[in-house]
Amino acid sequence: MPAGRPAVLRGWGRTSPSPAWLTTPASAEAVAAAITGPAPRGLLARGLGRSYGDAAQNAGGLVLAPFCLAPPSLDVAGRTVTAGGGESVDRLLRLLLPHGLTLPVLPGTRFLTMAGAVAADVHGKNHSGDGSIGRWVRELVLLDGCGELRRLSATEDSDAFWATVGGMGLTGVILSVTVRLLAVVTSRLRVLRRRVGDFDAAVEALGEPNPHRYAVAWLDCLADGPALGRGVVEWADHASPEELPPAERAQPLRYRPRRPPPAPPASTGLLRPQLLRAANAARFRRTPAEQSTLVGFPSYFHQLDALGSWSRLYGPAGLVQYQFLVPDGAERLLRGAVEALRSRAVPPYLVVLKRHGAGTPAPLSFPAPGWSLAIDVPAGAPGLAPVLDHLDEQVAAAGGRIYLAKDSRLRPDVVPAMYPELPRWRTVRDRLDPDRRFRSDLDRRIGLSG
Amino acid sequence: MRDALGRVQRVLLLGGTSEIGLAIVRALDLVPGAEVILAGRDPRMLAAAASTLRRDRPNLRTAVEPFEAAATEEHGALMDRVFARADVDLVLPAFGVLGDQARAEREPAYAVEVLRVNLLGQASVLLEAARRLRAQRHGTLVVLSSIAGVRARRANFVYGASKAGVDALGTGLAAALHGTGVRVLVVRPGFVIGRMTTGMPPAPMSVHPDDVAAAVIRALRRGEEVVWVPPMLRVVAAAFRVAPQVVWRRLPR
Repeated sequence: MPAGRPAVLRGWGRTSPSPAWLTTPASAEAVAAAITGPAPRGLLARGLGRSYGDAAQNAGGLVLAPFCLAPPSLDVAGRTVTAGGGESVDRLLRLLLPHGLTLPVLPGTRFLTMAGAVAADVHGKNHSGDGSIGRWVRELVLLDGCGELRRLSATEDSDAFWATVGGMGLTGVILSVTVRLLAVVTSRLRVLRRRVGDFDAAVEALGEPNPHRYAVAWLDCLADGPALGRGVVEWADHASPEELPPAERAQPLRYRPRRPPPAPPASTGLLRPQLLRAANAARFRRTPAEQSTLVGFPSYFHQLDALGSWSRLYGPAGLVQYQFLVPDGAERLLRGAVEALRSRAVPPYLVVLKRHGAGTPAPLSFPAPGWSLAIDVPAGAPGLAPVLDHLDEQVAAAGGRIYLAKDSRLRPDVVPAMYPELPRWRTVRDRLDPDRRFRSDLDRRIGLSG
Repeated sequence: MRDALGRVQRVLLLGGTSEIGLAIVRALDLVPGAEVILAGRDPRMLAAAASTLRRDRPNLRTAVEPFEAAATEEHGALMDRVFARADVDLVLPAFGVLGDQARAEREPAYAVEVLRVNLLGQASVLLEAARRLRAQRHGTLVVLSSIAGVRARRANFVYGASKAGVDALGTGLAAALHGTGVRVLVVRPGFVIGRMTTGMPPAPMSVHPDDVAAAVIRALRRGEEVVWVPPMLRVVAAAFRVAPQVVWRRLPR
């Protein structure tokens, strides 16, 4: 029996929990000992549990809780920071922003670890121009499946580097991440919002060439008929000091994100289609046709964090996030996916559309040129499984893929088509972890390791 | 691994030609491309059962393993083989013989053979499976008990004894595995119309294998620990337990 305290682990979607032994290592030696010691079900490093499915769990095995072996080391002039794998983006931003620096890639939550961000090769609303986090990582320090320390970068053992970026923790434990930073002069963003009447209008708006750094569309897919997909398209840029109101210019880099409120008791299950439909409609009507506004850093990047453990609102059955990418030319699948769900009476509660540009060389990385749509649905919706199975096939046939960090129900058969570089990834994974010490429920379910 | 929608990927059916067993497998929420392993005695019949399963689910993968309920010394090796390849999500021991009560009373050695299959074979399989599922910290064990195990009847008490034993193993394992991530479902059907009961007049509240299967799937989805098929049988069983012996021993069947 591995050392550690028994814990039941699950993802953000609150589905498929599994028991494991959780331990927080105090040193690199302790991690190496865990890697090379007895572990019949293997081990896995877990971050802050923001993947939606079972990527950060290891049923019956050992799981390493987030840990940092050193405080972050910031090089302001060189615009890089070296952070422990277990360092959260939240803490890092508090350190960076006062210096006029930020992470160039920010996903929808700031409560994730740097190692988790790399393992999922996270992207933000600026993927078209800035790519995913992997593009900005200068170096990784990894403890591999033999307990050996490796320094990886795009130029030093680049195969291992790119297998670890997006590698879902299966190549080793990321001890530290050195990442290049973006300079900013204020902690506000200038946001342009435009209301769009339906799905096609949203796609057209996001598809327009535009000079802005960040772009995203929030779509109401509970609306009926021609209004399906109406919503708000947002473009944003980091604000310059002149754009700030005079009162705020004294502290242009002020960054005080609010602590999330306590989670709703147990699993509240408050979400109902009628409720959400009314809320969506109200929000749509409330938004002016065009709006230019100044928004604080946390409000822009981390809106959902303001709600705390919002996934509890889905009740005991939890939620599934179906996030898929399709290349340019396959845009019809975006609307098609939502229509397929609606036709089976599965309510898409939250739908977010993004545009993507060039990806990284990482074989298991999700973003690639095209479009991604993230759809939140209740896991207990009857008939959900076959609809999503069918969508998987269509997505794969169109040359697209599912985001593994969000996945909780993909089957092994479609994964090779979605990630054609999988064989190359497996070769590198087998080199880094020949005894398959690193295991996860995701790996067992979709057969990443083969 | 079971996915977020409750679908399973790898199922082990012991008694690979069992009507109830196959009915349950047919009704299961399976991931496309799931694997069903049929373990039993007759390779030809197992292959036929496997191909029938695949006919209805083209993506299904099937495998066949030799399994002899009475050969308990071989069960460990079978489990090792099956569990070594990949995790198992659901184990369903669905084997047993009704036995000839009259013969059992005339020839105790025959009764022992019936119990060897129905009770010892089940005990061995259930405990071997439980051990490995527990190590996985996930999975489901479906235990096929029976109304016959609730209170032994004069007409079939050898079979009844074995089912009483299986029921105790099932409920005991449910308690033992509680909190380990492994679920146990004890199924208590009434008279099931099928191969085993051919030629017997159906009892009141009898069911078909597909009824048992539907009830099992519902119970699995709800995370229940015990399911009676039909549900009213629970009330009947309660009455059975309290019936005075002077009445009970006179039951014709």
